[in-house]
Parts: sequence; structure tokens; C-alpha cells
Amino acid sequence: MRHATAIRVGPVTFRVGSAWPAPVAALADLYRDYPPPGDVPDFTVRLEPPRPWRRVFRPQVAIAGDFTLPEAVPLPLAHGLLAAEMGMNLQMALGHRRHLLLHASSVERDGAALLMTGESGAGKSTLSALLAARGWRFMGDEFALVAPDTGLVHPFPRPVSLKNESVAAVAWAGARFGPVLAGTPKGTIRHLVPDAAALVAMDRPVPPRLLVFPRFGHAAAVRPVAPAEAFVRLTEASTNYVALGEAGFRALTGLVQAVPAVAVDYPDGAGGIAAVEALWTAR
Amino acid sequence: MDRTLSPAATLARALAAPTSTATLAGGDWTALLAVARAELLIGTLAHRLHGVAVPAAVAAILADARTAAVEQRRAALWEAEMVRRALAPLGCPVVLLKGTAYAAAGLAAGAGRSIGDCDILVPRAALPAVEAALLGAGWEWVKPDPYDDAYYRRWMHELPPLIHRARDRMVDVHHTILPLTARPTPDADALLADAVDLGSGVAVLSPEDMVVHAAAHLFADGDLAGGLRNLWDLRCLLDEADPAALGARAARHGLSREVARARRLVPAIYDGGRAAGTDALYVRRLLARDGWGRATRPATRLAFYVRSHGLRMPPAMLARHLWIKWRRPGSRA
Repeated sequence: MRHATAIRVGPVTFRVGSAWPAPVAALADLYRDYPPPGDVPDFTVRLEPPRPWRRVFRPQVAIAGDFTLPEAVPLPLAHGLLAAEMGMNLQMALGHRRHLLLHASSVERDGAALLMTGESGAGKSTLSALLAARGWRFMGDEFALVAPDTGLVHPFPRPVSLKNESVAAVAWAGARFGPVLAGTPKGTIRHLVPDAAALVAMDRPVPPRLLVFPRFGHAAAVRPVAPAEAFVRLTEASTNYVALGEAGFRALTGLVQAVPAVAVDYPDGAGGIAAVEALWTAR
Repeated sequence: MDRTLSPAATLARALAAPTSTATLAGGDWTALLAVARAELLIGTLAHRLHGVAVPAAVAAILADARTAAVEQRRAALWEAEMVRRALAPLGCPVVLLKGTAYAAAGLAAGAGRSIGDCDILVPRAALPAVEAALLGAGWEWVKPDPYDDAYYRRWMHELPPLIHRARDRMVDVHHTILPLTARPTPDADALLADAVDLGSGVAVLSPEDMVVHAAAHLFADGDLAGGLRNLWDLRCLLDEADPAALGARAARHGLSREVARARRLVPAIYDGGRAAGTDALYVRRLLARDGWGRATRPATRLAFYVRSHGLRMPPAMLARHLWIKWRRPGSRA
């Protein structure tokens, strides 16, 4: 394709091609501090016009690549960076088989990982960024990669996708943001680049130690979650559990048996951090 | 690598001659893998390259593809078993077709192959009972549209697709191997009569009928989408068929031209042969894919797409069909 770049996030290298220069330039800038990519990408993402004339006339970006969803709606060219991010997510969700993929954020402290999973709006992205601002190592806000053979959690530290009011709530000294993407299907989105510590360590997996199901905007409450319930909730939070077959079952049962799970309701960011850090210390 | 080969031709050569990949550089591999994914041949490629020295990053991708193929195979065979259990009380023969059959019979064509729907062949007289048994065992209609439904039942070689509500897998129930509107009329009774029982309550077509079916599917039905994979099936199936018996069998089904075309195109695409006349057009269509996995040669693709409709039905019927389809919003004929 006319414009292209390669990006590596943790163990996965993406090749992103585009019919326009802008999305690739925005992507290359957002990922400029990341370690260099591998020489053969794991996945190809294509940003292309859904119809030939949509390259110039009211340009639209269709998300294509190795794996596609037929019903995916094209985005305006102004949201090309978001299209690229969605394209990479799609490849992972539909194509990745090397790890059990959990829709979860993860941070590391003391050589072990805290996993946070929940529905959109539960606050897993925001909490992971808030914890990173307090010195935790950021491992990812979208996917946690669990290796079926070792049970280790592999970092996948994509830029944090902050939505709406979260954009203002999260930052640290010297934090670097991508452009403001207003009016997307998910509202205003801005990407926050993980700090240098997260990127330097993006090839270092760690064992999981605690699994949290956070819920934002509720009165503070903490409830232990039994392994069976955690298992069922995580099957719903995994995009490739079924496709992995027996390996997925082993990875997931191994995880819920090795690691305690806790449901945490919290009213605001400060409350969420306090609850999670207290649980971590008590472990 | 040979710079005259397109990425799609490189894939064909890699499948047929795995050690030919020794000369590929990083960018060639990237293109090869993108084409293989787009053509649903990544699992087959991974199987063929197992044990061949490849760059580490490529080895990891191919290992993933092999794992995925193993799981797909397991799921496809399980689905076939579910269908068998649902139909067992009927006592009618159930013949697996295409990918599920290749996997169940342990054929080379099934090694690493992606398998989508579960395709089966049953006697036409048994269709109502088969339909009722599947509906009673958790399958439901995918497209509850009266025109489509009536069209399938009157003119097609299969029931409208059914999907299982719990397992989300489709079953295509065939009573023959070409639409009733197509010009050749295969002998469905002969397909059933000579099917080979696998001893597990299901059967597969005889080796020669498998070739005939694959050739009919590729050249007498459809627009050659996924054709590179279907032609790879044919390359493997031709190895297991008796050449003399195949000629007679193809003639009996009225599909000699299609089988002859398969016998010419397999070497042309996979084994460095040459294609002359209209075969060259088929080669052009089968290799219409670039190193980003994109469909190329839109005019050639369109020509084969138009041709597929001409194959399926006579002009007046086609006109009526397209008129009804085009009047309906959001649908493609």
C-alpha cells in the first residue's frame, strides 16, 4: 500500500498500510518511543476506502486486514488513528492464538500482575492508568495475554484509550498524549502513551497474583469471587477462549485456581485506587 | 526468490514445493503469509512447511496456524458427529462433503485445511425428514426470507442454510452437487450408491466422485472465490483417484469438461506448468491477490462473477432473480 508502518506491542508485530498518509503519520508518532518491530509482522491491518471515490470525496476509512468483520462501519478520515487501533484490536481478537486473550487491563508491582476486567465503562482502563501514575508498571489496558504453557501474563502495552471525562482525570509528569479524537462512536477519545518503564519492560512477562472485577460509580464494596464465577466471567471476557479449545480451558482454569478474584465497587478514581492497593498489600 | 512470481504464485509454489521458500526474504514472507490468510490457506501452508527451516517469526506464526487448524478440525468433526446423532434415527445414508469429509477420511486435502460449514449429502426423498430432524435437534434457519427460501427449495441443490443455536455452526444439506438450474446434471443416486462408509455411521464420496464434486464446485458453480484453496484440494484429491475410473465417472455426471480443466489447471498453478487459451483467464483470476492480501484485477473478478450467474440459470430466470434481489434494500444478488 502507498503508506505503511510497522509497530510492535509486546510479542506482536503489526503491519499497517493506508491509502492516506495521515493515519500512518499519526500512528508512527504515537508509537515513536516503542522498541523496534520484528521483521515479519504477525498481522496486517489495511486502512482503505470502502469505495474507490471515498479516497478523496468525503474520505472514509474501512478497517480491513488479515481478519475482518463484514459489518464494521467505516470511520471518517479524521478518525484514521482510531481506525488503525481498532484494526489492530480486531486482528488480536479474531486471529491471535499464542495466548489466551482476556479483555482486561493489567499492571505490575513486586514482579507480579494485577488483572482488572469488566464491561466497557467499569473503569479498567482508567484504573490501570491511575495505578501507572502511582508507580505501577503499566502492562496494557485492552488485552491481557496469558500464556497457556506457563500461565505468565505477557504485557501488551498499547497506548491507553481514554474516553470522555477520563481524558482529564489521568496523567503523570511528562505524560504524552495523541491527538484529541472528538465525535467518535465512543465519544471523545485520546490516547495516552505508556511511560518509558512500561515500554522498556514490554517483553517481560510476570505471573498473575490478583484478579479484580472493578465497577465504577457504585458505593465502595469488596466481595470475594469464587473460582467458578471468575471462570465463567472470564470466558465471557475472552475473545479466543473457544477457538483455543483445550489449551484455553487449561489456561483459564489454571488462572482462576492460582489467583484470588475480588469484585470491587468504587465511587471514584481515588476510592478505586485505595481499594485495589489495600487488596494487593493484604495478599 | 524468483522475482517474476507474484505473491499468490509464490504461495502456490510454497504449497507444492515447500523447500522453495528457502530463498524468501523477510518482505516476501510477509506477502506470502498475507495471501495465505486471505485465501484461507494459512493452515495448509503451515502443515506443508512443518519441518522446513523458516525464520523464527514465521515459525511462530505457522505454529499458531497449525494449532488453529487442529482445533478447527476437532470442531468440524464434532459438528459432523452432532449431525450424525440427529439423523441416526432416520436410517438414511449421510455423506460428508468437502472439508469435513477430507478431515474425517484422513485425506491429504484435509491436512491443515480450514473448515467452515458442515456440508452433507442425503437422498432427495429424505430431505423433509432430515430437515425436521435437524430443526428438532436445535438447528434453525439462517435466512428466514420467503423468496430465498422458495428459491432454495425449488432451484438449489441444497436446503437453505441451517445454523445450530447453541454451537453457532452451519450445516448445508445437499441432495446433489450442482444447482438444478445448472446445465450439467450430476447423477446423485450414483454419488450415494458408491459412497464409502467410514464405519462411524457416516460416509464420504468415492475418490473419483470427490474430484468430480470439487471440480463441479470450482468450475461449474460460483465465481472462483476461494478458488486457490479448492484447486489445492483438487491437486490432493487427483493423487488419490484412479485416472481411468475418473474419466468414466466425470462423463457419467456430465462434468468431463470441468474435470479436464482441473487436470490442466492444477499443474499450471501449482507445478510450474503453462496455461493456454481460456485456462490463462482462470489462472489470472485464481492468482488475483496482492502482497497485502487485497483482491486485485477487478475486471477479471467481475467477469467471473457475471459468469457464475450465467452458469446458475438461464437468462430469463436470471433477470427475474436479479430484479427481485435488487428491489430489496441492502442485498447483493
